[in-house]
Amino acid sequence: MATHLAERPQAAPANRETIEKVAIVISKGSLEGVYPGLIMANGARMEGIEAELFFTFFGLDAIRKDRYANIKVATVGNPGMHLPTWVGALPGFSALATRMMKRQMEKIDIPPIPEFIELVADSGAHLYACKATVDMFGLTMQDFVPQVDDIISVGEFYEKAAGGEIIFT
Amino acid sequence: MTTTMIADSPVDLDAEGFLTDHTEWNERIAEAIARENGIEHLTDRHWQVVRFMRERYLATGTAPSIRSLGKESGVPVKELYQLFPKGPAKLAAKIGGVPKPKGCI
Repeated sequence: MATHLAERPQAAPANRETIEKVAIVISKGSLEGVYPGLIMANGARMEGIEAELFFTFFGLDAIRKDRYANIKVATVGNPGMHLPTWVGALPGFSALATRMMKRQMEKIDIPPIPEFIELVADSGAHLYACKATVDMFGLTMQDFVPQVDDIISVGEFYEKAAGGEIIFT
Repeated sequence: MTTTMIADSPVDLDAEGFLTDHTEWNERIAEAIARENGIEHLTDRHWQVVRFMRERYLATGTAPSIRSLGKESGVPVKELYQLFPKGPAKLAAKIGGVPKPKGCI
């Protein structure tokens, strides 16, 4: 084992190449599915990196007026919970886990989703809804929070992502 | 760490150009670091953010997050990014002579 560790390649010497732009896809509608993308988008802007956010499938919940304040931790089918599935399915359990996680996040200064959406939009990131999903769910711009810039197709997303890194979450 | 002359004062900088000793800082150094980072002139609004960043760091030992910068400095997030396009928290800390903020938010 020790020899294996010793043989591991050393970190490359300081590379001056920098990331100038990221395009982040948020595809899940759970709390733990939405936060990583928002944290990465905000972190990008804080480093002066351009950020485009594309919400697709249940990720759209994070920008839906009627849902974005009520996003919950997935307590069923989530091995990371380290609980038997039936416990996660108990009535009220997801709400409890969500409350606990939100409390922890507030402690380390991570805002709730509505405030976070406003923060990333104000920081200059652009927010887009996926056209295919919008059509599938029968939604319009009226269903989304005002920070959403547009409803765009996947082709338009690639155009906007051009020259940057794409991150799928 | 290297010692460099900025605005006629010797200062110790880390690899990214942050002061390693906040007591070496003065306002002329701040102006010079700002210019080097693409801000030709520090306005009153810039100073409000830089001073908030510095005072908060000196009082608590940690640099404020972008969230508290936006809520408590008196300069809203949108304007923070207009004033410091390359990253408000990072740049305000650099100009204010305090370490780079370590948080993810």
